[in-house]
Amino acid sequence: MLTKNRLRTRRSFLKQGFSLGGALWALKVGGGMAAPWPATESNRSRVVIARDGKIRTAGSSLDSAELAKLLDRAMQAAFNCDSPLEAWKKVVRPGEVVGLKVNCLGGRGNATHPELVEAISERLRQAGITEIVVWDRQNADLERARYKIVERGSGLRCFGNDTLGFEENLSTFGQAGSRVCRTLTQVCDAVINLPVLKDHGIAGVTMALKSMFGAIHNPNKYHSNAGDPYVADVFALPPVRQKVRLHICDAINGQYEGGPSYMPQWMWPFNGLLVARDPVALDYVGWKILEKKRSEMGAKSFAELHREPHYILTAADPEHRLGTCDPKHIEQVEI
Amino acid sequence: MGNGGGLNSVNRRAFLKAASLPCFAACSGALMGLPLAAPLFAAPAPENDDQFVREAKFYEKLPYKKIKCKLCPRECVIDDQERGYCGVRENRGGTYYTLVHSRVVTAHIDPIEKKPFFHFLPGAVAFSLATAGCNVNCKMCQNWEISQVRPEQVRSNYVPPEKLTGLAQQNSCRVIAYTYSEPVVFLEYVLDCAQAARAAGLRSVVVSGGYVQAEPLKKLAAQVDAIKIDLKAYSEKFYKEVVNGQLKPVLEALVTLRKTGVWNEIVYLVVPTLNDSDSEFQGLARWVKSELGPDVPLHFSQFHPEYLLKNLPPTPVETLERAKAIADAEGLHYVYIGNVPGHPAESTYCPHCRKKVVDRTGYTIAGIHLHHGKCQFCQTPIPGVWS
Repeated sequence: MLTKNRLRTRRSFLKQGFSLGGALWALKVGGGMAAPWPATESNRSRVVIARDGKIRTAGSSLDSAELAKLLDRAMQAAFNCDSPLEAWKKVVRPGEVVGLKVNCLGGRGNATHPELVEAISERLRQAGITEIVVWDRQNADLERARYKIVERGSGLRCFGNDTLGFEENLSTFGQAGSRVCRTLTQVCDAVINLPVLKDHGIAGVTMALKSMFGAIHNPNKYHSNAGDPYVADVFALPPVRQKVRLHICDAINGQYEGGPSYMPQWMWPFNGLLVARDPVALDYVGWKILEKKRSEMGAKSFAELHREPHYILTAADPEHRLGTCDPKHIEQVEI
Repeated sequence: MGNGGGLNSVNRRAFLKAASLPCFAACSGALMGLPLAAPLFAAPAPENDDQFVREAKFYEKLPYKKIKCKLCPRECVIDDQERGYCGVRENRGGTYYTLVHSRVVTAHIDPIEKKPFFHFLPGAVAFSLATAGCNVNCKMCQNWEISQVRPEQVRSNYVPPEKLTGLAQQNSCRVIAYTYSEPVVFLEYVLDCAQAARAAGLRSVVVSGGYVQAEPLKKLAAQVDAIKIDLKAYSEKFYKEVVNGQLKPVLEALVTLRKTGVWNEIVYLVVPTLNDSDSEFQGLARWVKSELGPDVPLHFSQFHPEYLLKNLPPTPVETLERAKAIADAEGLHYVYIGNVPGHPAESTYCPHCRKKVVDRTGYTIAGIHLHHGKCQFCQTPIPGVWS
């Protein structure tokens, strides 16, 4: 494949060299924040699968208090901390503007739950965060998923990329060349990614990595070949890679077929959250959960349908180094 | 698409040189848009997205509110609330819609030679327009800021077909050109405009990558007067890696087009190291001669670094001359060199007596030596639309 890296000019090489210097500097001054990967002392990427049937009331609606407790337990397990606040302080610093990237394409039925966003926002406030921005592709997507658009003011704002638009200049990596949304580049200091656990009719699955298609101007260009290598390339775009610090996958429900649209006939109550700093490891674990469910329900495997999410493997390759998909290097913690 | 790159594709020195020629004066403004009788648009209209939305043609409904687009060879299968590869067609509840009918993002008045059409009304000016969107993603795209974006990401104006023909007439344009991005993705609008234009006595021309299925192409060919196809390369590898498409459907489209009888020219943008081998030039020329005939004009155009291929140099003129020499040797009658203002291969020569029958410099016509479509010197018919 032709890549810009292979064809780069001296000028672009020098520019890239300077960028790398900048990244190292940023890492240094950001001391104490969670490095994206590897994530644990054992040098393995930890993926927490936290489940609890109590997050649903008898009427099957969500119990916000129980959901918040589940989130606390998941965060403590992910960061090996005695308190949830201690865990959150490893993710963000007081004074930072924190973006919560939700995934609303599935509409009211299968989007990141606002109840989860509320629970996370509350913990962020306790950790000293006063500016939170909930964002996704478009205002209309957010509204369909029960979010209220708040474009101005301080505290908690919520808007789509249509509010601030995209950077003029392209960000490039591998096969991807995209404008990144200004919400990510100009507003947020850090981003917490909140995808949902679901099937994708073209790319196999859509979770942490693919959810960042919501940060660029041209996601429609990147679905060929089951999204490989595009999903990995988009996540590797410098503005994305540098700002996304944590992934909390809303697995309150799972959808094993018919995605990304909301298809209730193929959803099941998973009653859980997947938490990881490594998006590749999280996606790998989520992929296996969906494969298992498909098998249980008698659906064909992703491989049989020619939509196995190879982009997850690509994201782990030496060119991308976005995380690991090697089970030996993934520490799966179930609580 | 590469066609709109006239301005971008002429280097500054060449442009200034060409603009200084007396015969260029009449057209020099065209490089930056000819003087207009009136502003094209008074002011960007407040956008009401609904006015641009029409149900799309060429798709089929699938179970679970999915649709399959039948416009281009991709045949995107699209979920509810999602868009196709082009970014300008959206599935809303199981019905497919174009979002760009009458949604013009750019309009200019260009000489027809800029498209380029060299055998279609030489010296005519074309009211040229585009909407957002494209069904491929060429790494060398000169107009990516409109072709590779969604319609809501660029400012646009509402220009329904009747208004478009009126604007063309007000600005003394005999021709309307659908160009710059990819007219295939705004086909519904092109068909409606071409019908209105024909009723008003105007001609319509299309500049396309030819990545389109046979049925919509036939409908298009029936409504317009000429179609130029950007054949990006003569290798599947290039189409896969640089264009994000496939060569085979484009070749099939060219054959389909030839059978319809609508006037057709081909442009091949020569990109250094990627599609400039002798074998490709030879294979291309042989294919054109055998499948389309020797009379189809073939333009080898100079590449300039753009978009995602800024790391490559402009095409050396010698490479373009090599391509032309190979195509000439294979027996093609009308092989041109493009984006090199002042090059002798910009002009049209009679294949029989070898005399110059259309004399061009840049986008300017210095002389036409045709009489009723025949060489003025030896009476050999020169194919094209000359009046």
